[in-house]
Amino acid sequence: MNALTAPSRISSVSTGAALELRGVQKMFGALAAISDITLTVASGERRAVLGSNGAGKTTLFNCVTGDFLPTSGTIRLFGEDVTTFPAHERVRRGLRRTYQISLLFGGLSVADNVYLACRGVSRARFSMLRPRVGDTLLSRAEELIEAVNLTEASGTLVANLSYGQQRQLEIALALAGAPRLILFDEPAAGLSPTERGELVRVLTNLPEHIGYVIIEHDMDVALRVAESVTMMHNGTVFKEGTPEEIENDAEVQELYLGDGHG
Amino acid sequence: MALAEPPLGRTTAPTRPAPQKVWVERIPPIWWVLGLFLLTLPAYANDFILFQVFGWTFILGMIALSLMFLAGYGGMVSLIQMSVAAMAGYMVAIFGTSGIAAISMDLPWWLYIPIAILIAAIFGTIVGALAVRTEGIYTIMITLAIAAAFFYFTRQNYTIFNGYTGFNLVVPPQLFGIDWRQPVPFYYLTLGWAAISYGVVIYVSRAPFGLALQGIRDNPRRMAALGFNVTAHRVAAYTFASVIAALAGILLVWQNAQIAPGTAGIPAVIDILVIAVIGGIGRPIGPFVGALIYVLLRTFSPDVLLTFGLSGERFKLLIGLGFLALVFFSPDGVLGLWDRWRARQARRGDPLTGEKGE
Repeated sequence: MNALTAPSRISSVSTGAALELRGVQKMFGALAAISDITLTVASGERRAVLGSNGAGKTTLFNCVTGDFLPTSGTIRLFGEDVTTFPAHERVRRGLRRTYQISLLFGGLSVADNVYLACRGVSRARFSMLRPRVGDTLLSRAEELIEAVNLTEASGTLVANLSYGQQRQLEIALALAGAPRLILFDEPAAGLSPTERGELVRVLTNLPEHIGYVIIEHDMDVALRVAESVTMMHNGTVFKEGTPEEIENDAEVQELYLGDGHG
Repeated sequence: MALAEPPLGRTTAPTRPAPQKVWVERIPPIWWVLGLFLLTLPAYANDFILFQVFGWTFILGMIALSLMFLAGYGGMVSLIQMSVAAMAGYMVAIFGTSGIAAISMDLPWWLYIPIAILIAAIFGTIVGALAVRTEGIYTIMITLAIAAAFFYFTRQNYTIFNGYTGFNLVVPPQLFGIDWRQPVPFYYLTLGWAAISYGVVIYVSRAPFGLALQGIRDNPRRMAALGFNVTAHRVAAYTFASVIAALAGILLVWQNAQIAPGTAGIPAVIDILVIAVIGGIGRPIGPFVGALIYVLLRTFSPDVLLTFGLSGERFKLLIGLGFLALVFFSPDGVLGLWDRWRARQARRGDPLTGEKGE
């Protein structure tokens, strides 16, 4: 964990909220996938978003990242109104995300995938010149690959990776560059118990200035890595609080934990 | 474990397991053989083979290479590449010298060649800007529609494109006292530009621009989530491919000494796609393999057909049947056949020990 001590960049991000949503709504035809979402995530805050299937969690992520534009409402990233910005502009401001279903570049190697992620948030994206041996971004990519334990698979085509390895690569892509806020969409889905432990370790060991919002069905993972919890239901914010408050909330238990916990 | 921010000062190159070979040593022997063969070909091939077969192969290969770059790396099947090449050819005739003195401007070669490449690149970029907003079959349709429009426009416009007749007597400049339209100089001219185009495409495919294009092919949404402007990147790929097609178009107009609307007619446009698919659009060598097969069929099949008592004009039947068979048995072209043959050889086992390989 030598590299996780706070870098100098912190000072520039510690002002204001990392993410601010005001009355965000997204309609698909006549169906409101999310409506009137108002939510603030402070700089460096770690937030879990819980909710049953169809509660609108992933739609919320897609609106924040710019995969969809919201039907109404405003989205502010680090104090800047980005509501109408395309996805790549938001990423260049320090936003990252992982996808529930891995969205990777199957025809490229692990090393190329991570190198592209590092290149995406740096200059010279259109460079026609190959990186030289010892290129800063190449060594950065190697460090990221090491960080998610994929060094041995570095030259493997991503299409040939195991599911667990693809999930690890998803995280490496999200950590490239200088992220300030990362959205994790069910990072633990389909992972073995050991891999889940590893994931929790990676998340809790992220540098302090990196905040994240995590969608996770596994309560063990979600409540261990989050400082605050937002509970969603039918496309709206249902409850907000600390992990303890949410865990012990009678309404939440009835709604989310269901009969099994009776 | 280093996550987002490696500590300052640790920017030295990481140690690598094996020492890097000099680039020359990494070239497989088959490339040396091929290179030697192509360089010495004029010693044992006649002028017809040099000029008509190989010259044409290299030119068509370059146009198909520009399609391969867009389709293989970018996932964009563009049918505009032949029109871009023809645009460059027309510009050479219009800004340079031709038999149509009323239109041609007689500019020197160092002026009309850059102008031709520039205009063709702008044309390709504009088409690209329209086409990148569509996906799959719609990209094919929109580029085909523009290619058809270009064909009819050149056929009906007499003030610039000289309509149905086009331009004749368009010849390369007599540079360094060499007549570049003589078979041997023309062979080396086309070989040189084909090799340069091939090398540049190989190089760029591993540079950030080419890698990002392959990333966009695999997953445009994720590329945007990594900070890439997907639309701008795709348009830039069209510009890049247009330059290669434009170079080929200039060579083509010099080879034929003329250009007319039919140069970029619908059959010619489709032929480029057929060439790229026959060769294989996965790798840059595919288009040249496809072009050689196409040119050989086109050149020699009339003789073969005549010996079987069929009309010599039926060569398209052969190309069509060959295309059908290939798409059926090897959707990734001749390269795919070759790759599978290599894989089978590797599986067959070690000739010394008799043990099976991996």
